[in-house]
Amino acid sequence: MGNALKTFTNGLLKENPTFVLVLGMCPTLATTTSAINGMSMGLATMFVLVCSNVVISLLKNLIPDKVRIPAFIVVIATFVTMVQLVMQAYLPGIYDVLGLFIPLIVVNCIVLGRAEAFAAKNSVGLSALDGLGMGLGFTCALTILGAIRELLGTGTCFGLSIFPDNYGALIFVLAPGAFIALAYLMVIINKLQNK
Amino acid sequence: MAKLESTFKNMVLSLVIICMVAAGALAGVYLLTLESINAQKIAKQEAAQKAVLNGHEDGTAIETEVDGFGGKFRVMVGLDAEGNVLGYEILEHQETPGLGSHMVHWFKNADKPGQNIIGRKAGNFTVSKDGGDVDAITAATITSRAFLKAVNQAYAEHQGTEANTGASQLQPNQEVESNEQIVNDQMDK
Repeated sequence: MGNALKTFTNGLLKENPTFVLVLGMCPTLATTTSAINGMSMGLATMFVLVCSNVVISLLKNLIPDKVRIPAFIVVIATFVTMVQLVMQAYLPGIYDVLGLFIPLIVVNCIVLGRAEAFAAKNSVGLSALDGLGMGLGFTCALTILGAIRELLGTGTCFGLSIFPDNYGALIFVLAPGAFIALAYLMVIINKLQNK
Repeated sequence: MAKLESTFKNMVLSLVIICMVAAGALAGVYLLTLESINAQKIAKQEAAQKAVLNGHEDGTAIETEVDGFGGKFRVMVGLDAEGNVLGYEILEHQETPGLGSHMVHWFKNADKPGQNIIGRKAGNFTVSKDGGDVDAITAATITSRAFLKAVNQAYAEHQGTEANTGASQLQPNQEVESNEQIVNDQMDK
């Protein structure tokens, strides 16, 4: 039981994919222009991560070592395409914003990384927990980053106006702001963890 | 169960089976969502048509596509018989959030006559920076130019169809088709 808990919290804090492992930077920087975008991207990635971890863990003995990477990628790409289709069909508003970035989940290092490093060696239950923990860690990181950039860049948070209309340091909505905000967040997290 | 050896036969078999199952699953999800996705597209198109006509039943809704700052974007423009702008909606775009993305509402702000194009005659819209009389979006001149080009393009097409057929009533599919032709022509150049 302790093992399960450890697996789950591992992704949230000790090995947070964004702040500690610094994996999957492409979607992190590209989609966090607002809190809701960051959160949606995080949740989509989490879904793919849990599903691919479970399936890969189930298939781990049926996939010969030398072809494991193509096999993993096919499994991951299948789930990503499913997410894309379902989002397009039932969440058109979010798809309008994120549609472009959904296919990028396939090449997100976190998903393949967890398949290779964890799911291919552990039981189905633990793999699902690992996916859930990593996915939640990623979602939290993206939501925080998105909220900060949205607040500083446009003066809103989750679409709610916090500062007056004309407020906004545009750089935070643009690419350089993503790097600046992420760097400061990493500094703070590292500081807290080293205590 | 022991792990399968990496023999040629095992590798081919496992990849083929995984790909086949994946393809089957995707085909299933595709069929399940197809109807809903198409319905969404049509609903969006219809909502945009309604919105750009602004309650004017004799207007025409025209869809155009131009190159913006972050790629192509599609605009639906509503024009009355004289070519005055009734309204517009951005159907799809990838402009910079916080800059170019303001075009969604910038050009229909009734409180700011300098940037509002609703009710004005289309065809010669130009941003003030290029000597025109429409205020561009702050820090997004390229997007503004592209947007105005889209509106002018819609006007040109509107005048074209008027002259050819005399019909001003909207026929969505035809409009879209003729538009794609224009876009293709441009790409050939």
